[in-house]
Amino acid sequence: MSKPRLVLIGNGMAGVRTVEELLKIKPDHYDITIFGAEPHPNYNRILLSPVLAGEMTIQEIVLNELDWYREKGIKLHTGKQVARIDRVNRKVIADDGTEESYDRLLIATGSNPFILPIPGNDLPGVIGYRDIKDTDEMIAAARLHRHAVVIGGGLLGLEAANGLKLRGMDVTVVHAAEWLLERQLDEVAGKMLQKSLEDRGLKFLMQKQTEALIQGESGRVAAIRFKDGMQIPADLVVMAVGIRPNYALAEASGIHCNRGIVVNDTMQTFDPKVYAVGECVSHRGIAYGLVAPLFEQAKVAANHLAGYGIGRYTGSVTSTKLKVTGIDLFSAGNFLGGKDTEEIVLNDPAGGVYKKLVIRDNKLVGGVMFGDTADGPWYFQLLKDGRDIHDIRDHLIFGQSLVGDVGHAGNSKAASMADSAEVCGCNGVSKGTIVRTIKEHGLFTLDEVKKHTKAASSCGSCAGLVEQILASTIGGAYTPAASDKKPVCGCTEHSHQTVREAIRDQHLISKEAVFKTLGWTTPNGCDKCRPAVNYYLISTWPHEAKDDPQSRFVNERTHANIQKDGTYSVVPRMWGGLTTPDELRAIADAAEKYKVPTVKVTGGQRIDLLGVKREDLPAMWADLNAAGLVSGHAYGKSIRTVKTCVGAEHCRFGTQLAMDMGVKLEKMLFDMYAPHKVKLAVSGCPRNCAEAGIKDVGIIGVESGYELYVAGNGGIKTEVAQFLCKVTSDEDVMEYSGAFLQLYREEGWYLERTCHYVERVGMDYVKGRIVEDEDRRKALYASLLAALKDARDPWATSREPQAIKQFIPITVDA
Amino acid sequence: MSNWKLICKLDDIPQLGSRVVRPSRGGDIAIFRNGDDEVFALHDKCPHKGGPLSQGMVHGKRVTCPLHGWNIGLDDGQAVAPDVGACGKFEVKVEGGEVFLSV
Repeated sequence: MSKPRLVLIGNGMAGVRTVEELLKIKPDHYDITIFGAEPHPNYNRILLSPVLAGEMTIQEIVLNELDWYREKGIKLHTGKQVARIDRVNRKVIADDGTEESYDRLLIATGSNPFILPIPGNDLPGVIGYRDIKDTDEMIAAARLHRHAVVIGGGLLGLEAANGLKLRGMDVTVVHAAEWLLERQLDEVAGKMLQKSLEDRGLKFLMQKQTEALIQGESGRVAAIRFKDGMQIPADLVVMAVGIRPNYALAEASGIHCNRGIVVNDTMQTFDPKVYAVGECVSHRGIAYGLVAPLFEQAKVAANHLAGYGIGRYTGSVTSTKLKVTGIDLFSAGNFLGGKDTEEIVLNDPAGGVYKKLVIRDNKLVGGVMFGDTADGPWYFQLLKDGRDIHDIRDHLIFGQSLVGDVGHAGNSKAASMADSAEVCGCNGVSKGTIVRTIKEHGLFTLDEVKKHTKAASSCGSCAGLVEQILASTIGGAYTPAASDKKPVCGCTEHSHQTVREAIRDQHLISKEAVFKTLGWTTPNGCDKCRPAVNYYLISTWPHEAKDDPQSRFVNERTHANIQKDGTYSVVPRMWGGLTTPDELRAIADAAEKYKVPTVKVTGGQRIDLLGVKREDLPAMWADLNAAGLVSGHAYGKSIRTVKTCVGAEHCRFGTQLAMDMGVKLEKMLFDMYAPHKVKLAVSGCPRNCAEAGIKDVGIIGVESGYELYVAGNGGIKTEVAQFLCKVTSDEDVMEYSGAFLQLYREEGWYLERTCHYVERVGMDYVKGRIVEDEDRRKALYASLLAALKDARDPWATSREPQAIKQFIPITVDA
Repeated sequence: MSNWKLICKLDDIPQLGSRVVRPSRGGDIAIFRNGDDEVFALHDKCPHKGGPLSQGMVHGKRVTCPLHGWNIGLDDGQAVAPDVGACGKFEVKVEGGEVFLSV
């Protein structure tokens, strides 16, 4: 039986992306034919600006080489404009007579630049800015002519103006509104932008209405005249006053259009055999002109074309970046505000920094930034997530990177960084490398950049900076997903939140059940999703779901920390940082017996034995167990240590028995796994020698009891713990701390530290559950204790017959 | 000419797991068993920075190195793009529930 035929009209980014998505999920379903009006394969239209600016070549911006079409068995008609769609006989007819029949038709005809209806608009030298041909014409004009006028001070207009200026032309931007980018910026930011572009030599004529374009002796355009009578020379006129969805073909064939091809949430037109995606589409009355929404549409359309019928497109919130090298601006959402909104503004004209955040009902609804856009992606994430910002509004304007970010030399402004500046301190990746890789490989997402460059793929502290470089390299193209919708990994479309809920609501108790129920696309997941799913299973259904060692990272499987040379480090637990001469003797003996090359005191108040061979681990643990020492879990997404000061036991300032409190907490939490590592500290007085202010749970003794702090972090990004409440008894310290950690264990996403979890849900929410709701607190505490009952030392269980095999090599004589 | 050595029973290797084989000469060899009970053998040395692949996570026909997360194809020893590199592979077979390695 022959395959159904799919015809795509429009060989551009939205259409071809849909085909790519389709091939990914159902490779051999259709015979595919593509019509493209341009004589090129699919290229990255977003990068025409860098081509114009001379930073890239056409060849570099091609996304799908002709070979790709051949490999995929796609019949490609380039340079053929489709003239007619015959919906009765289901075929399309091109202007040269080529005919192709279809069973499903996908229209992705994009948009056309809007040409002002003024005299002279058809003169030679007057162009729109849309495709390779326009770009070539501009480059050619720059060689021969001097005066360029760009009509329209929007994103495209400014990028064109910048490119023409870099090619040596004298460029004037004519703009009808009061300030530039009035659809993306407020007045202050628009004027700051104008100033910095003027500093680069661009000229501006604001609030000017164009009346006519005037022909010169050569027949080419020679001047532009405005309604106020002013006239200036113009050898090249670029009209960048907006785009119009290109739906003439669809409309002529009787498909319902209304300022765009009208589609439903599955990207289907009023003809059920015809789908449409991209800039030609009107979805819920909106036509999108940025690439990120188009890619979301492509995914949905592909799914329905494949016959799976899953997924709806419900519209996009977009953010904008201007791709002019060296200028940093960002805007998103409702940045102008209105009657029912409030604004937080930071304005430093001398420093060239302006930030405005628009807030409604304690939620961020929009923002504009100029000069310092480091936190753009963070604000945009808050906006998309609809996160209540009431508890962070006092420092919201200063951004996420206000304090304690390490690993990239304090850099927070992508645009001002030199190409040679190191962005990722873990992997030694420079800004130039990232920009080049994004362009060369046509990358659109942070994940792709991580994979290709390794930047932000280790500790992740520079992820914000990399996102910013990505955004400024590809402009408005880039849109992060709402964090509760980000897929766990490439194996699934489901988010951490969805997976957690499914495991709980549908009582799933094995990874196989999760993969089957949620339709994983891989047979057994990957190194990203399997540990997450395993954690969700055992934390949601303790004693019922079985822990799967093969879903654990090596450290949690071998109960030791793998080192760069493949040896391991062994850290015995020292409850509350306390030890005895006997324990020290046992540790010293083990260090000698197993020839441990390095013995080190850790930051968590215990002793690290580094450089142990895998096959020595079980015997070493047996020796340590014999002296009463157990695993310190220094390797796990689990309870690590409870650091203590000497407290009232010895200290003349101590108000509470910090060591005793610490030991009790650590014993309570023994073998507790969590979304990420968990560290506690107990200080006996506010001098806080145990550094409780940067722990997941920090306890500070005062004369009248204990102050509890949560969600601190001393790692990649120093986060000061936030005050939770004050309690008076040791029992309450256990109950409140335990309840908080259980809440985190039940709701945190895998690899989310407490500081990220609390940032996501808000401190008010946490207090509501732990401090204000006694029943809930007690229930959480009881759940924690129930989950941890019968906890056994993994060093002991690892020596059982099945478990010990992994440590012992099989020797063969060969 | 291949020289098949009996290594262990298939059940001595956990599904989605591995065992390390130590020959009297040469470096360690990692033997993997995937979800479909296929068995593969590679040098226990990631082409990136020499990490022990035997300790990585097995999924599909790949293993993820525990040190820096490179993915290596179990059947060809090739690093998965965009990473580039390869590690040596060995012939291995399962007969009657026993695993044999060609050395």
